[in-house]
Amino acid sequence: MARMKFLCDSDRCIECNACVTACKNEHEVPWGINRRRVVTINDGKPGERSISMACMHCTDAPCAAVCPVDCFYTTADGVVLHSKDLCIGCGYCFYACPFGAPQYPRLGNFGTRGKMDKCTYCAGGPEADSTQAEYAKYGSNRLAEGKLPLCAEMCSTKALLAGDGDIIAQIYAERVTRRGYGSGAWGWRTAYKEMTTG
Amino acid sequence: MTGLTRTLRRAFAGTMLALALAIAAPGATTPAHAQAPAPSAPAQASEQMLFNYLQGDVRGRITIPDQRAATLIQPEGREFQHFWRTTLKWIGAIAVGGMLVVLVLFYAMRGKIRIDGGPSGRTIERFNGFERFVHWLTATTFIVLGITGLNISFGRELLLPLMGPEAFTTWSQWGKLAHNFLAFPFTLGILLMLVIWIRDNIPGATDVRWFAEGGGLIGHGHPPARRFNAGQKIIFWSVVLGGGAIAVTGFILMFPFQFVTTMSGMQLATQLHGVIALVMIAIILAHIYIGSLGMEGAFDAMGSGQVDLNWAKEHHSLWVEEVMAGSRDARAPTGARGAGAD
Repeated sequence: MARMKFLCDSDRCIECNACVTACKNEHEVPWGINRRRVVTINDGKPGERSISMACMHCTDAPCAAVCPVDCFYTTADGVVLHSKDLCIGCGYCFYACPFGAPQYPRLGNFGTRGKMDKCTYCAGGPEADSTQAEYAKYGSNRLAEGKLPLCAEMCSTKALLAGDGDIIAQIYAERVTRRGYGSGAWGWRTAYKEMTTG
Repeated sequence: MTGLTRTLRRAFAGTMLALALAIAAPGATTPAHAQAPAPSAPAQASEQMLFNYLQGDVRGRITIPDQRAATLIQPEGREFQHFWRTTLKWIGAIAVGGMLVVLVLFYAMRGKIRIDGGPSGRTIERFNGFERFVHWLTATTFIVLGITGLNISFGRELLLPLMGPEAFTTWSQWGKLAHNFLAFPFTLGILLMLVIWIRDNIPGATDVRWFAEGGGLIGHGHPPARRFNAGQKIIFWSVVLGGGAIAVTGFILMFPFQFVTTMSGMQLATQLHGVIALVMIAIILAHIYIGSLGMEGAFDAMGSGQVDLNWAKEHHSLWVEEVMAGSRDARAPTGARGAGAD
């Protein structure tokens, strides 16, 4: 079985934000919620890099570990999903997530958070695949249709790679070897406790 | 003289150059990679270097309104995960479980502490209606807050397997609501307690003697005490300070990123709230024990507010004298005559 991962080649990312837009459009993500974002480091300085970041679908996911109601689960493809029916919006996953992935619609009094929303790797949720109920809560389920996440699929420079971890790591390693440089697979050490293996 | 100045200036310039190079180092990674094209090793070095440079968090610029999203990676999340899953559970198990074991053992050894002289039948007012209201306001809200809080920390292990996911979520959702709203009356209770009881809880010389004689719990004598003995003063100060700390950290959590704007601050507030609350639960368990099962006559103080005179004399001898002195000084109003004195 594949172990799905994201890999952002920061030497290719041009900060066009198409991945962000594609994600918002594909899943009809509401205003104020960003399942994916592009962060530019060392902006305007030598060594400037942009990295597209979303949920990394971690091994031993911190969000799942701290969830008081155990609403997370990992699919056979290694995708970390959660049930919005079980989520109580406590916000602990946001404190534990190394990548700032969990998002909360703001509702009600005080800082009350609604049900958490995050990148689903275009794999929907616990509802039956490709149903209206699943779409309303989690967005479209491209994985069930045999497609990869839209953000990576439509990346114009192919900076953002999605797919089986071994395969995308191989692609990245070949690129680094060919061009002679690479700044690493961002977040992989934190998410998977490993680095790209050539 | 000029030679020394020049040497100093050169040394200073050298230091500044070294500093500038050190600061510029992460930016200079790309040419370094161009010379060393090995695929995996330099990749690790580069990410490591950036982590060190930025002291853990990788922050950048972002074009969406949520500026917190500019933090690309915060590896501290993994530490929070470890704390939540391991450290906090151990602290809770040892504090709350340990206190329950201690109380059961203590009850088995010492049993219920009786009034030595037996109940006298005469009572004396220990707490007025307002004081009892403040106590029970804080106590009832604390019990609900404690149970719903323990549910967040331990419910997943203890209740979820029994209730099933849907029922557990419904219960936890209500628990969260109760926890948020009851925080306000609880805080009010803590503040009122501070105001009405602080003057009777200033530590003094009698407390030293009370401790030296082992108090009423461990020792078998009855060291003199004013309105509150040293043990009760400890409860008072831990409730005011511990409860105050729980309230402050709790409000920080209730309004996320409003009072504390950093991720590390929010994580710390969450951790402190959990640890202090668990310790407070352990302390209050002991307080509940001694106020109900552990000591004859103690519950009346907060129940009816009227305690037995013998109980009061044994446990709060100096306070009884103070109260009695007031009534002994009572003078007949001028012009009052004894009945039948005409």
